[in-house]
Formats: sequence, C-alpha cells, structure tokens
Amino acid sequence: MELSAQVPGSGGARGGASPLMTGTPAPGADRGRGRRGRGDAIFQMLALGAGVALLVIMAAIAVFLILQAIPALATDTTGFLTTLKWDPDGAPASFGIAALAFGSALTSLLALLMSVPVAVGVALATSHYAPRWLARPLAYVVDLLAAVPSVVFGLWGLIYLVPHLIPPSRSLNHYLGFIPLFASNGTYGKSIFAASIVLSVMVIPIVAAISREVFTQTPRDHIEAAWAIGATKWEVVRVAVLPYGRSGVVSGTVLGFGRAIGETIAVALVLSANYVISPHILEPGGNTIAANIANSYGEAGDVGRGALIASGLVLFVITLIVNFGARAIVAKNSKGGSS
Amino acid sequence: MTQSATAVTMGSPFVRARLPRWSLAAIAMGSIAVTQVLLTATRMQGWVGFMLVTAVLYIAAQTAVSGLVEGWRRAKDRLATSIVVACSCVAILPLVAVLGFTVIKGVVVLNGSFLTHTMRGVAEQDADGGIYQAIIGTLEQVGLASLMAVPFGLLVAIYLVEYSSGRLGRVVSFFVDVMTGLPSIVAGLFIFALWILALGRDFSGFAGSLALTIIMLPTVVRSAEEMLKIVPDSLREGSYALGVPKWITVLRIVLPTALGGIVTGVMLAVARVTGETAPLLLTVFGNPALNFNPFSGAQASLPLFVFSEAGLPNETAINRAWAAALVLILTVLILTILARVVARLASVRI
Repeated sequence: MELSAQVPGSGGARGGASPLMTGTPAPGADRGRGRRGRGDAIFQMLALGAGVALLVIMAAIAVFLILQAIPALATDTTGFLTTLKWDPDGAPASFGIAALAFGSALTSLLALLMSVPVAVGVALATSHYAPRWLARPLAYVVDLLAAVPSVVFGLWGLIYLVPHLIPPSRSLNHYLGFIPLFASNGTYGKSIFAASIVLSVMVIPIVAAISREVFTQTPRDHIEAAWAIGATKWEVVRVAVLPYGRSGVVSGTVLGFGRAIGETIAVALVLSANYVISPHILEPGGNTIAANIANSYGEAGDVGRGALIASGLVLFVITLIVNFGARAIVAKNSKGGSS
Repeated sequence: MTQSATAVTMGSPFVRARLPRWSLAAIAMGSIAVTQVLLTATRMQGWVGFMLVTAVLYIAAQTAVSGLVEGWRRAKDRLATSIVVACSCVAILPLVAVLGFTVIKGVVVLNGSFLTHTMRGVAEQDADGGIYQAIIGTLEQVGLASLMAVPFGLLVAIYLVEYSSGRLGRVVSFFVDVMTGLPSIVAGLFIFALWILALGRDFSGFAGSLALTIIMLPTVVRSAEEMLKIVPDSLREGSYALGVPKWITVLRIVLPTALGGIVTGVMLAVARVTGETAPLLLTVFGNPALNFNPFSGAQASLPLFVFSEAGLPNETAINRAWAAALVLILTVLILTILARVVARLASVRI
C-alpha cells in the first residue's frame, strides 16, 4: 500500500515531517476515510460532549439551588441577609444567615491567621531549608494531612482537642480577657476557637503545597546572586525567595479560605450551635453556614430544607468569588513573573 | 552591613567568631531545666505546654547568645532557621496526634465481629454492633461514583488536551478549576435539590454517588490532563504517520503512555471521596441495617457512621466511632500511599 512507503520517511524526520502529516490527510488515506472519519467524528463529539456536560453541571448547580431556594425565601418574614435566628419551620418563618456568615468568616479568618505562617514555614523548610533526604518525606507527610477525612478531624477535635483546650482558654482569658476576643462568661469548650484550630490544621497542607510550588520555582540566579554578595540563608530567602513566591502564598491563602469556609463536618462536630454574633471566641457557641446545613438538616421541614439550600447558595457564591479571585491573582502574577 | 559586622567581630577582622556546637546543646539543656522550674512554679501541666515553653526559651536564648558572639545578621539567620524547623514540627504534630489518637482509641473495639456485623437492633449504649453495612455502602457508593467520574473525567481531559481550541476549551478548563473549589456540602445540596426534591426520588446510595461524582470529577480531569500533556507529540505524530486515525491514536497510544499517572490521579480522587461525609448526609442519609441495593432506600457509609456515632452521648457509641474512623483513615491513607507508589513506578516509563 501507499501508506507503507511513507513510514520510513516520517519516522526518520519526526519533527520536520509532522506538520504535513497532521495537517493534511495522507495520500493513501482516502480509501478508509469514511469509516475513520466517522470514528474520529464520534470520538470528538464524545469528548466535546463531556466538556460541555461539565459546564452544564456547573450551570445546573446554580439553577437548581436557586429554584429550590426561592419558595423558602418567599415565606421568610424577616430579611434573609440580616436576620440572626434560624427558625424556618416556625409559624411565621423567620431565618437569616447573618450569624452564620459571621461565624463562617470568623472561623475561617482565625484559621488562616494560625495556619498561614506555619504553612509558609513548612514550605520554606521543604523548598530551601531541609536537606534533600528530609525535604521529600516532610512534604509528603504534610500532604498526607490533606488526605485525612474531615470527619476524623472532627472526631479528634470533639473528643481530644475541646477538653484539652479548656485550660489554655482559661489562661488566655485570665491574662488577655480585657480584649473582647478573649472575654468569656466563664464557660469554655465547643467554641469558635476550637473550630478554627481544627480548620487551621486542615488548611495547612493547601497553603503549604501551593507556596512550596512557587518557592521551588525561584530563579536559580536570584538565589546565587544573593549568596554571591555574602547573604546568610535567611537573607537569601528574604530577598530572593519570598518576593518571588508572594503571589503563590497569597493565592494559596485564598484557596485555603475557600477550603475553610466550605468545611462542614469537622466544624459541625466541634461547635455547639447557636445563632448569635459574638466576638467571644473562647465561649461555647457559634455556627457556620456549612455546619448549620449538616446540623439542621435532620429535623428540617419543607421550608427548612429550602432555607438550608438558600444558605448553601450563599456559600456557593462565596466560594465562586474566592476561586475567581485566587485564579485572577495567579494569572496576573504568572504573566508578570515570567517576563 | 560591613560596619555592624566589623563592630561585633572578635579577634581577626576577617574570620567571625562562631558558636561551637556544644554551646547549642548547652542552651538546649538550660532551656529544658528552666522550663522544668517554671512549670513546677506555675503548676502548669501537659507535655505540649512543656515543649512549647522549652522551644520558645531555646530559640530566644540561642538568638541572644548568637547575636552577642556572632553578630546580629547571623543571629537572625539562626532565628529564621529555628522558626522554620518549629513550623515543620507544628505542622506534623496534628497528623501524629490524630493518627496516634485514632489508633489508640480505635483498636479498643476493632475486631472481626465489628467488621462483619451491622447495627441493626443495636441500641446506643450496647457495646456490640459493627460497620459491615457501612463498609458495603461506602464500597458501592465510591465504586459507582468512580464508574461515572473516571470515564467522564478522562473524556473531558482528552477534550482539553487533544481537541479543544480557543474559547470553549479555556472556559471548560476554567470551570474545572472552579469545580475543584466547590465545597462538598454544596455538591450534596445540589443532588438533594435535583434528585430528591425536584425529581422526587428517595434517598439512596446512587444519589450519594452522584454527589461524589461531582467531587471526583475535577480531580480526575486535572490529573489526567497533566499526564496527557506530557505525552511527547512525537508519539502522536508517529502514529498519525502510520495512518492511524486520531481517536485510535488517543485510545491506543496516548492513554496507555499516560496510564500510570492517570491511575495515580484516580486513586487520589477515590481516596478523597471515600472520606467525604457532608454530601452523603444529604443524599444517602444513613441506615443502621444492611442495604445491598444502592439504587433504592437509605444506605449506610463509613464516614456517615463515624459522624452519627460521634454525635451520641454514650461511651460505647464513641468507641464505635473511633473504630470506624480507624478503618476509614487506614483505607484512605493506604490508597494515598499506593497512589504515590504507582506514580513512582510509572514515572520511570515516561
């Protein structure tokens, strides 16, 4: 066949011959073209269909959450965005996400406050400080932290962490109680503080992995230049590695925020739910949007379920914004960084 | 810089004094001793507090001594190194604590009977009962989710790498990223709103696996996409040159070459959804009895079992939660570690 005659030529000069080969059909391909063309067309449609189906799923998530939330929102007698309490199945239905959104934001921000410095330290350790034989296992172990199911973190937080946090909480209150954050009515336990510690543990691997990625990409010559003028290790990190990796740390932090705000089960187990806005993080109480869905779902009636879907919609929008933001930061900096 | 350096230099102007190694050991011993005294004085307890105070004392003393002897630039350097080491310890500590605590608590009730019995007719305060129904449920739900998510995700990855051109490809790729950040509870709420509220179906294992599919999908797409991208173009061109059509080239040349990496990605995705609780709560609901049929009626699942038992006030229920958590964590970690092994074995071939 004609085809076989082409093989040696194309095999011998792969790079040179390839644009020709892929761009135009081979002269001998005409005979089988119909069958092949159909196979190709079907497969391409399948692949395209899968891509489009993914977009349809994302659109459907928004559409169905909105559709199921509308009837419940219509029966709400008080403002959904400003009401504190959650009583959707009451005689006059009254519910709002104000307290929940506050709790979500507070736990996530506290978690980031605790985890980002640690995660950046770990990222530096695995990218620049630790010797080779230690760096890989260390990075690996930190990655394993991301594999632990959130329900196990929740169980650990509930049984181990909450009781063990009571003495330090008491000391914090004793010495720093004049700050509203650490004020307390004398009870400690299943608090915002405990929830944010559990969340911070879950956020560390995300921030660490993304920061490590950019830290290791620091241009070799920036580092060598710093060494050459007699910088110490820390000065190398400060003048070469950290400025270069800043965008990675920021986008990792933003993605970590998305992870923390969407976390459900661990928070649901560790917090004792109530619906107030209070800055006293050591006291039991507080709630988040996600945890409220898990906790209230069991006893929710028709309106209750719709109300929970409405709160899920808010969560969905928040995570969309967070992810758009993180990608925008990465995109902006990868353009600037490469030039 | 040079001024401050020469100012603290002792002896030769070129060779700076360095702290000998024994001095660091001495500082460490001193810190431990001082901590001991401090803690007995303030009656603080617990080894975490002890380690914390010792570490802070050690870092402070080391920085001060180094600053006086070696100069402040080097002291800062030592301080930074110490902080980085401390951060690493702090990050590993929770993993060790969670794993250790789960193993210690979990082995109390974990035995053959626990794995082969269900919770049917077992009251909260009873010591017996088991997770057979939860294991079956998790296997079926995760299996069904994989059956849907893997071909779907592979096709999307193939589209992105082999077929996409221009705008639509970028949009799909962008929404894969967005999907990665989707909270799992939202995936569960979506299936709940669609499958159970809008279509009027019952809770079932299949509804759960639909939610798990949405969670698995972006992970599968991303890992497969990465792997397909690094398959050298010369392989594709060689195949085209032989007159092989594109779709057979993709299925017979490109996919097998990238297989190791794809398997790794799929295993990591399976490990991730095995531990998912929130979406199952809304779709599978949980069931103390065994339900083999994933297409009809509420089912149990391992993470759901841990969650529901953990919420009960009885010691026996908490013990069951720990044992199930141990089974769950072992499954997930073994899958994760196996995935790495596959990745290492496969990376030799490419």
